[in-house]
Amino acid sequence: MIFTVAGKELKAMFSSPMGWVILALLQAVFAHFGFFAGVDQYFNIMSGSMRPEQRMGVTEFVGSNIFNMASFVMLVAVPLLSMRLISEERKNQTLTFLFSAPLTLTEIVLGKFIGLVSFLTIVIAFLAAMISSLNLWTDMDFGYIAANVIGLWFLVASFAALGVFVSSLTQQPIIAAIISFIALFALLAFDQYLASDPNSLFNHVSLMRHFEPFSRGLLDTRDFSYFILFIFTFLTLTVRRLDADRLRG
Amino acid sequence: MTTITVEARELTRMYGGNTVVRDVSFNLNKGEVLGFLGPNGAGKSTTMKMLTGNLAPTYGTVKICGIDIIENPKAAKALIGYLPELPPLYKELTVDEMLSLAARLHGVTRAHLKKAMTLAKERCGLMEMSGRLIDNLSKGYQQRVGIAQAIIHNPMVVILDEPTVGLDPIQIRDIRALIKELGGEHSVILSTHILPEVEMVCDHVQIIHKGQLVFNGAIEVLKQQRHGNKLLLGLHRAPDIKELMKINGIVSVEPVRDKLLRVQYQAGKDPAEALVQAAVSNDWGMFHISPDQTSLEEVFVQLTQQESEH
Repeated sequence: MIFTVAGKELKAMFSSPMGWVILALLQAVFAHFGFFAGVDQYFNIMSGSMRPEQRMGVTEFVGSNIFNMASFVMLVAVPLLSMRLISEERKNQTLTFLFSAPLTLTEIVLGKFIGLVSFLTIVIAFLAAMISSLNLWTDMDFGYIAANVIGLWFLVASFAALGVFVSSLTQQPIIAAIISFIALFALLAFDQYLASDPNSLFNHVSLMRHFEPFSRGLLDTRDFSYFILFIFTFLTLTVRRLDADRLRG
Repeated sequence: MTTITVEARELTRMYGGNTVVRDVSFNLNKGEVLGFLGPNGAGKSTTMKMLTGNLAPTYGTVKICGIDIIENPKAAKALIGYLPELPPLYKELTVDEMLSLAARLHGVTRAHLKKAMTLAKERCGLMEMSGRLIDNLSKGYQQRVGIAQAIIHNPMVVILDEPTVGLDPIQIRDIRALIKELGGEHSVILSTHILPEVEMVCDHVQIIHKGQLVFNGAIEVLKQQRHGNKLLLGLHRAPDIKELMKINGIVSVEPVRDKLLRVQYQAGKDPAEALVQAAVSNDWGMFHISPDQTSLEEVFVQLTQQESEH
């Protein structure tokens, strides 16, 4: 049942130009500004670094370039994809269709979330394939790439969970997109303002703080549990919000 | 196996301090068609939303085939097919995609999917529209897709909120025939404010006004009320009213207009024959005699206004 809903969302994504355009655009952005620029600069900068400790591998150089950029590009892309998930159904009154079907609210919300995350997984898979293609000319550090991919996946899934929740709050997709963007931007960026105090409470809540270890190739259970809790919290809030529809009308 | 498919007990819904539906209770048996009548804003749609589990009642319970929709919504919802006021259709899908989605969400197995879809499309006259985008269909066809998605999983109870809105007369006739057909094996609840429609397709009628049931009974009872025991009589040279009252069975006589009289008689004692004989032998100049029907509209107005006087 969950996958029927997820399949419907994925289909909706690809039945309008929206999905294809975003997929192509993201790939183009990652390729041009992340991948090619990274490969290009690598030789310029590395030829200037004479001392061994200044040198770094091509995987780390290009990888950190791409994955850092990806986290910020996704900050814009995910709200655009998540905005219509529930708000549009509310606006067109098609939510009744799902509510009347023998589905629990959790199944509806999870279905929508999984549908969106599957789309984003395609984006990340393309990104991973692009950077792995360097392996044709040199030896890549696949452990480093895997850690980054996993980190990016959890980061993007968290974005999606928040996007789904915000989408359930309003009838206007655009408003949902704007609010999700602002909320995500705040969560991503506010650790920058509190950088002077490394033990500040806010640092523990910042999404970027928990993505950062992955981008160094470090898998930490604390970060995993943070992302899973984040996703769980916002999906639960979404279920509660939809339940309020039924209770309050 | 009980034959009661829908059991509503003291359904009440309040929005803030505003009671929209108050103490609505009824039973519906298998194979019956229930018509839900009421003026705008009477609480028809709210009641239907509660029956389908789209809205939680403030008090009261709904049981579908004995399964409580609040305690066990998944099992209960599987037995219902619901068409809300606005057909809930994904405009970006084709008719086939939409129906297959509806079927799969309602647990139709892959093996039966094709058969169920063909049957639903045949019943709703959608065979030629299979590959069309719902967005490009006319309002009438969209309404049909709405009905098709409600009946695709062969539910025990079909709940239709104003199903004939926006259809042309031929389609309306088809849909009414379909509703009658559905009534054979399933229970159907439909809301409408088209009164003849209720008379045509329903076995049971409920009239709801300001959130309360003001009439709940078989359609025959309503018809009885409608036909009354009245004759409309036209006499060119009418005698004194006392003269007419002498005829056996007549209870009262009142003039209507243009030499027309309304004659009320005791139930089962139709005085038509005696009246004609008397008119001929006394040369009253009879030019008209017919049963006097109050229109369904009048009954409806009576019922809804009685209530507001209380």
